[in-house]
Amino acid sequence: MAERITRDDVAHVAKLARLRLDGAELDTFTAQLANVLGHAEDIAALDIDDVAPTAHPLPLKNVLRADVVGRTLDRDEVLAEAPDAESCQFRVPPILGEEP
Amino acid sequence: MSRSGGDGTGLVVSGSTGDAWELVIGLEVHCELATATKLFCACPNRFGDEPNTNVCPVCLGLPGSLPVLNKAAVELALRIGRALGCTVRPGVFARKNYFYPDMPKDYQISQYDQPTNVDGWLGLPDGSRVGIERAHIEEDTGKNTHAGDTGRIHGSDYSLIDYNRAGVPLVEIVGRPDIATGDQAKAFVSELRKILLATGASDAKMEEGSLRVDANVSVRRPGAGLGTRCEIKNLNSLRSLGRAIDHEARRQIELIEAGDRVTQQTRHWDEEGGCTRPGRSKEEAEDYRYFQEPDLVPLAPSAEWVKDIDEALPTLPAKRRSALGAAAGMADTHAGVVIAVDRDLDALGLAAIQAGGDPARVLTHIEHNLAVEGADALEPEKLADLVKLELEGKLTATQAKVVLAEMVATGTAPAEIAAARGFEAMATSALEATVDEVIGSEQAEWDELVRAPEDDKRIKKLNGFFTGKIMKASRGQADGKAVNALLVQRRSAARVERGLD
Amino acid sequence: MAPGAAGTAVSLAAAVRAGDLSATEVLEAHLASIEEREGEVHAFNLVVTEQARARASQIDDAVSAGNDPGPLAGVPVALKDNMCTRGIPTTCSSRILEGWHPPYDATVVTRLAEAGAVVVGKTNLDEFAMGSSTENSAFGPTRNPADPTRVPGGSSGGSAAAVAAGFVPIALGSDTGGSIRQPAALCGVVGAKPTYGAVSRYGLVAFASSLDQIGPFARTVADAAAVLDVISGHDPADSTSIPQDALDLASHLDAGVEGLRIGVVTELMGDGIAPDVRARVGEAADALERAGASVDEASVPAVTYGLSAYYLIAPAEASSNLARYDGVRYGLRADGATTGEMMEATRTAGFGDEVKRRIMLGTYALSAGYYDAYYGKALKVRTLIIADFAAAYDSHDLLLSPTSPTTAFALGDKVDDPLLMYMNDVCTIPSNLSGQPAISVPFGTGSDGLPVGVQVLAPALGETVMFRAAAVIEDAAP
Ligand SMILES: [Mg+2]
Ligand SMILES: [Zn+2]
Repeated sequence: MAERITRDDVAHVAKLARLRLDGAELDTFTAQLANVLGHAEDIAALDIDDVAPTAHPLPLKNVLRADVVGRTLDRDEVLAEAPDAESCQFRVPPILGEEP
Repeated sequence: MSRSGGDGTGLVVSGSTGDAWELVIGLEVHCELATATKLFCACPNRFGDEPNTNVCPVCLGLPGSLPVLNKAAVELALRIGRALGCTVRPGVFARKNYFYPDMPKDYQISQYDQPTNVDGWLGLPDGSRVGIERAHIEEDTGKNTHAGDTGRIHGSDYSLIDYNRAGVPLVEIVGRPDIATGDQAKAFVSELRKILLATGASDAKMEEGSLRVDANVSVRRPGAGLGTRCEIKNLNSLRSLGRAIDHEARRQIELIEAGDRVTQQTRHWDEEGGCTRPGRSKEEAEDYRYFQEPDLVPLAPSAEWVKDIDEALPTLPAKRRSALGAAAGMADTHAGVVIAVDRDLDALGLAAIQAGGDPARVLTHIEHNLAVEGADALEPEKLADLVKLELEGKLTATQAKVVLAEMVATGTAPAEIAAARGFEAMATSALEATVDEVIGSEQAEWDELVRAPEDDKRIKKLNGFFTGKIMKASRGQADGKAVNALLVQRRSAARVERGLD
Repeated sequence: MAPGAAGTAVSLAAAVRAGDLSATEVLEAHLASIEEREGEVHAFNLVVTEQARARASQIDDAVSAGNDPGPLAGVPVALKDNMCTRGIPTTCSSRILEGWHPPYDATVVTRLAEAGAVVVGKTNLDEFAMGSSTENSAFGPTRNPADPTRVPGGSSGGSAAAVAAGFVPIALGSDTGGSIRQPAALCGVVGAKPTYGAVSRYGLVAFASSLDQIGPFARTVADAAAVLDVISGHDPADSTSIPQDALDLASHLDAGVEGLRIGVVTELMGDGIAPDVRARVGEAADALERAGASVDEASVPAVTYGLSAYYLIAPAEASSNLARYDGVRYGLRADGATTGEMMEATRTAGFGDEVKRRIMLGTYALSAGYYDAYYGKALKVRTLIIADFAAAYDSHDLLLSPTSPTTAFALGDKVDDPLLMYMNDVCTIPSNLSGQPAISVPFGTGSDGLPVGVQVLAPALGETVMFRAAAVIEDAAP
């Protein structure tokens, strides 16, 4: 059975998800997530190691498309939606940290 | 620090302690597939276009858009897999979740625990084999440029993003850590490039980024367990790859011998500085939260599809080299053999040799005189005929080159071309007469040549002087090699006569 | 009421095609209803009056020219505001998408247009379809037309309310864990979730990709069938679209239930279900029996684990689907000194609490060390649920259950207790996990006088039989 989610767990998960929480939010979310995960203990406790997982309800496979060039979007229309653009590119503040 | 010469063990001897060290190298190669469109959308897969012109809702990750897998990308990935001897298994796409602005969805669609191609190998020209763990399909990211003072990521004021490359199909080839030297690593990538080109899977240009190599490098004392590895990125040429590995191994050995330990990290190769530098460390440990991509269905290539791929697969470079080498009575690694295969002229060479052409001369022509358009249309019998004329002394090497160029251009038989041009190599007796005539008329120089000691610089110069005179006297009909041989022979006879030798 | 406003989609389309009513008259009648009550109900995030008028007049021109505009000619339709409409803002009721104009139409939008329908607006929803009451909208809650102090259910509460209030005869919603059926039940209209893959998801802003399906709201079963007949069928732009023709439900609606074996799901008739709701389901079962079906109990034991599995799987997929809202390419951007800080500031400012909650829940369920215990376990439970349904369908053609455990609850009642809110979906979630179709049909009221919905469930691609039963229940409804 999984352990109860802690305030630190929630802080870590928020960071992974790029969300910032203040102290009060951290408390509230920790309690609420613990409550939901507590309900999920009914399945966490099930002994179903031999059951195969189902990630998707459809039995389809090999859905492929032909390698034929289609329509692209108008660049002006695309960049008009951008919060910031320069030289026909999307502009962002300095990037720190490595690309994985 | 020195490397033991070419024995393939990869042993490195430390300069400070004299201890022996082994290198353990594993390569990860990303190659862009040569499809017309991207992996999951119908945007053109094209390098060098205006920024953000080859984009659509799918490759921009717009809300509501969905991926549909490109059949040609799968086809090329399977070709790569089969060319590397991989087993093809049902594959499943997963999402690799991490935030980075060049990745439109903030996750990468990639095959994770169920790749299509597994367990292959690549044979190197030195006869060794490097295991291939997997060759999986995934999508490329967009491209960031860093504006500001340095032009690099550190210290930039802001960055600009072009998503033209986002969603371009990649195959990531993950090699096993079976490589022991920088040279072997270079040979691996070079051979892999040839396979990618031969199968038509990729244009494999390291400088354009369609072939990207990362190297995992660790060192250990012989017989010891695996050491801590560092991953080197930013390797844009074979030369960088070799240098970076050598440098990184040296760095690690020095660290350990100084009593420190190697920290597992990503390092970047600095070509100008000639060293690897640590990447900026990440605040958090990676947690990619992989899970099956719910917008795609599994890919399970049928046995028939794999069979069709196998049947359509061209004969791979290694096999072609050994076929030509065997026919020519030369090693697979002979430069003429290697170049013939690289230029797709090995079939021509093989047929010319089978038609009676002298192997060495056939390969020499392929290596030096046939790097031209239309060379592959040359009739092998005619190439064999040309070589025969040379061997019979009827054409000089220089004349043969001229005749060959015309053969490529017009398809005419060599004898006809030679006749039309009035090419006729001098008979040996006529040549001897000309040589003696020239020697007789240039007594002072001849005397100097005969008396000069063997290591004298003047010999080369004087030989050139006489060759020039003789060629002129023969109006270019003489064969350079034959002239040289005659001069050497006349000189040593004269030295014996004068009691100098 | 103005001419046309009370008609069904089927009757309005027939009148427009025959030239008896103009699309413009039909539209104006509905715009008038909206004008009258939208201030109170708040079903819409946006009403596109001028575009709708232009479209209606196009339809009228086509009819005058002797052309047939299609099976939904001139029928006003509302779209849940998580379906992309070219050039028309699509917000998902989230600040993070404020101002975004999609450059393309969702496949369902294209198909409705080709069938002659007239889009009148985009309806309110729980932010990114996460919720069961339409209270989690950045633009304020929608109210239940049957009692404005009550919620309309959710997440497609705006579409349900728009149909219930007579603003439109038909609307589209999306159903990930009951988001069409539960609000349909609470508002007293018909709502159907088709088989996973029967309707294209292209252009539906994803919540949980392996569960999301688009489906219709309507005031009659026949109207819901007419909409599904138009929007279903293979779409090459969606890899998870079933490669088959559009459904043909309309022509089989009157076939009845004679000889069908129908099972009432034991596990969904227990203590968690309000007694008056259970009573209505019992009466619907009786009606089916009177119509010639044989009705008994059917046990689907694993559905009791549905809620837990769903609230791990859906947030896990959502945590990934919602990663793209990072302030780089479209929508909201909040300031930050670095790209990382900008992304964090944008997401913190742009998402509401319920979305944050589910993103964190899903991130946790997928994260190293917890995947097997939570997400992995939930996928196995999904297998069990599918297997238990398959066993039940061995001896039954259809299953029957309540749609929602209760009638509509008061606004604010459950907003502070996420788990209590999630319990609303207990009867609807299993069909999403199994990918099977289900429909909610209004059947009388509870002791509070508010609508009750009865749910008919069917095996994959069993829509035709499911709609036949729905039609029988509709006829028998008090
Ligand atoms: Mg990769
Ligand atoms: Zn694209």
